[in-house]
Amino acid sequence: MAQYDTSESVRDSDEFIKGLWRENPVFVQVLGMCPVLAVSNTARNALAMGLATLFVLVMSNAVISLLRSFVPRQVRIATFILVIATFVTIVDYAIQAISLDLHKALGAFISLIVVNCLILGRAEAFASRNTVGRSILDGLGMGVGFCFALLCLGAVREILGSGSLFGIPLFHEGFQPWVVMILPSGGFFTLAGWLLLFNRLEQRRSVSAPAAAEALQ
Amino acid sequence: MTGDPLWSIFVNACLINNFVLAYFLGICPFLGVSGKLETATRMGGAVMFVMLVSSVCAYGINALLVAIDAPYLRLISFIAVIASTVQLVEMFIKKMSPALFRALGIFLPLITTNCAILGLALFQTNKGYDFPQCIAYSLGAGAGFTLALVLMAGLREKLELTTIPDVVKGTALSLILAGILSIAFMGFAGLGG
Repeated sequence: MAQYDTSESVRDSDEFIKGLWRENPVFVQVLGMCPVLAVSNTARNALAMGLATLFVLVMSNAVISLLRSFVPRQVRIATFILVIATFVTIVDYAIQAISLDLHKALGAFISLIVVNCLILGRAEAFASRNTVGRSILDGLGMGVGFCFALLCLGAVREILGSGSLFGIPLFHEGFQPWVVMILPSGGFFTLAGWLLLFNRLEQRRSVSAPAAAEALQ
Repeated sequence: MTGDPLWSIFVNACLINNFVLAYFLGICPFLGVSGKLETATRMGGAVMFVMLVSSVCAYGINALLVAIDAPYLRLISFIAVIASTVQLVEMFIKKMSPALFRALGIFLPLITTNCAILGLALFQTNKGYDFPQCIAYSLGAGAGFTLALVLMAGLREKLELTTIPDVVKGTALSLILAGILSIAFMGFAGLGG
């Protein structure tokens, strides 16, 4: 996991923005892969999962940050997990109440938000060391970044795999869907594709930065 | 689902609906510990044991929670049991084989956040398996996890010796490999129900 700058000199808005792109939890840190791959077969499922994770992340970051001076170091992980599990149970019942179809489509993966390494990772690396306000901002940033990544994957897989987006057909009837994209292997390939794109961008930036500096001199 | 014979549950969990390649559970250790064949095998063994113990415990807890009519406590009690089982395994390995303990390193405590284990506990409850079926299911899932991990580790050891473009190195390459493995495992789909 990358090192985080926890010094006070970092502006509050940075805590939010870093999760969106520079330290994007999925594309850059490669955390929380299981739900990303499992429920991204349609854009709708991906968005629902992203929002559920966002909620749990923000709430658990806030509570853990509040508790940070009361919890002894030895039992911190167990405490974090219990806090996270409580919020996940709330989300699980809320989704069941809002839309039973969605609850069936996401299945056990809502409960599995508990073991999403992203949430525990943020609790340990950020919320247990920072003030409540900054922890909430960090949770929001990371959560929105996670949501964005899930949506990227879900959209690609749904467009190619069933020729639609959010259930609305995009192509005319002659379109032959790529069945592999809906299947589990499609998840691996799509994520690999996005990571390749990010690596390429990163490479180009690191190549062009020194070149630009030389040109200035 | 309750009438399934034990062998079919085992084969189903191990090959057809492989936890890593079909359900995407336990991807983090799958990508993290699959660098070396030997570590992968031992990690698989540890996960298998934790799966078996937590599956038995989850069966008991579920029966108890149904009896006292408190299903909303299920998730919290499952995760608490898994965390303590992992702690137990950690102490056991530390005592019995310090070398193995060092080889597994940080990934041993991280078994707690391995979604394959919590997923197993949740799936067996959702499917309403009885006690022998739970054991067959957990053994199958453990064997499937180990199989996927070992296959991946073997492939990655081979790839160490080849030349690959810089862009693909790292996680992207592992994911492409996993995708191909996943397609290969789909070939088992005709084996059972």
